[in-house]
Amino acid sequence: MCLGIPGKIIEITGDTATIDVAGTRKDASLRLMEKAAVGDYVIIHAGFAIEKVDTKRAEETLRLIAEAFEK
Amino acid sequence: MKYIDEFRQKDAAQAIIKKIREVSRKQVSIMEICGTHTHSISKYGIREALPDNIRLISGPGCPVCVTSAADVNRIIAFSRVNRNAIIATFGDMMKVPGSESSLQEEKARGADIRVVYSPLNSIEIAKNNPDKEVVLFAVGFETTAPTVAATVLSAKEAGLKNFSALSLHKLTPPAMKALLDGGEIEIDGFIAPGHVTAIIGAKAYGFLASDYKSPCVVAGFEPIDALMGIYMLVKQFEESRCAIEIEYDRVVTWEGNLRAQEVINEVFEPSDSLWRGIGNIPGSGLAFREEFAAFDSEKRFSMPKGVDAEPKGCKCGSVLKGLITPNECGLFAKACTPEFPIGPCMVSSEGTCAAWYKYRRVA
Repeated sequence: MCLGIPGKIIEITGDTATIDVAGTRKDASLRLMEKAAVGDYVIIHAGFAIEKVDTKRAEETLRLIAEAFEK
Repeated sequence: MKYIDEFRQKDAAQAIIKKIREVSRKQVSIMEICGTHTHSISKYGIREALPDNIRLISGPGCPVCVTSAADVNRIIAFSRVNRNAIIATFGDMMKVPGSESSLQEEKARGADIRVVYSPLNSIEIAKNNPDKEVVLFAVGFETTAPTVAATVLSAKEAGLKNFSALSLHKLTPPAMKALLDGGEIEIDGFIAPGHVTAIIGAKAYGFLASDYKSPCVVAGFEPIDALMGIYMLVKQFEESRCAIEIEYDRVVTWEGNLRAQEVINEVFEPSDSLWRGIGNIPGSGLAFREEFAAFDSEKRFSMPKGVDAEPKGCKCGSVLKGLITPNECGLFAKACTPEFPIGPCMVSSEGTCAAWYKYRRVA
C-alpha cells in the first residue's frame, strides 16, 4: 500500500499538479511538498506528491552500477 | 516508464546477483519490512536467485495485514448501527476478514462503504452528502499518514462538519524494535521501506546500528534496487560493519520530507497501537491531537470495542513476525486463497501469503 509511482509535473494550479505518469495524466496534491515546479519528477502516493525524484542521483546510481558490475 | 524501467534491466540484475554470490560468505537472515518489497522480491524471483546462506524473511509491512481483527470488527460493528454513515476505505481493506465478516460482506448487506484511491476523495464524498457522516477508515504507514493528515487539514479549512477519520496508522521503527526485543526471531539486518523512509528520513533507523548492531539499507522497489540493497547489506556483513545506508537515494534523504513530517505532527501524536499477530506496540500508532478532536471518529462517535479474535486456524500472526513461511500454515492455498481469503496476508497483493500464492506456489 506504500506503492508510489514516479511521474513528471506538467502543470500546477494552486495546490494541485497535473502529472504525466507514463502517458496518463493524474492530478495530485502538492500540499506535502516544500517546493515543486513544472518539469520535476515526483513520487505519487494516494493522490499526493510525497517527494521529488532526484534525477541526477538516479542517473548516478545507474552509472555506478554499470561501472561496478557490468564488466 | 522513466525511473522504473531502468531499474529493471536484466543484465544489471544478473551482474549484481553474481557479485552477491562472490562476496557473500556468512549465514545471514535479512528482513524486508515492506509489503511492496515482499511483492517485488517474489515477483522477480530474487529469493531463489540468492545463495543459500542468505535467507530473506518477510516482515509486518503490509498495512492491511497488520490492522488488527479488533479494529476490523469495530468498523463493522459501527457500520451496522450507524446506517446513516458512509465508510470510506482503501480498496485493499475491503476483503480483509475480521472475526466473522469483512467490509465487503457488510457492503453486500447494505452498509454504505466506498473505496477511495486518495483520502481526499472522502472529502468530496462528505461535500456531496451533507446529511451523512463520512468516516475514513485510515490505515497505513508513515507514507500514508501525511496524506490523511493533509486531508484533515483541508476538511478543517473547508469547514466540513460531517467528516472524520478512524486513525489506525502504524509506525515502522517501533515495530522493528519490537521484533528485535521480542527475541523470537533472529534478524541480522533490515531492508527498510523506500517510501516510508522518504517521509521519515533514514535517520529514523539510527537506533538499529547504535543499539542493536543491526545493519539497515533503505532500498527502492524495483528489482535492481532490491538487489543493490541486499548487496549493500552483504558488504556490511562481510566487513563486520553496521550502518544505516540509502540505496534509494534518488528519493530518500537522511532527514526525510520535513513538510510531510510537520503535517503529521500538526494533526497527530504518537500513541500505542494494536498490530495483528504482534499485539500492542508502545508508540507505534498515531492518535489525533486534542485540537482535531472534531475529526476523530473515536471522539465523535461511541466506537464499539472490537474483540481481537483471529479467524480459526489462521497463522497470519506468525507469518507477519517472520516466524513461519506461508506454506507452513495448514490453510495456505487450500482453505485460504486470494479469492476466498481467511487471513489478511492472503488479501492484499502485498501480503506475504498472496505473494507466495501468486509467484511461489509449489505443489
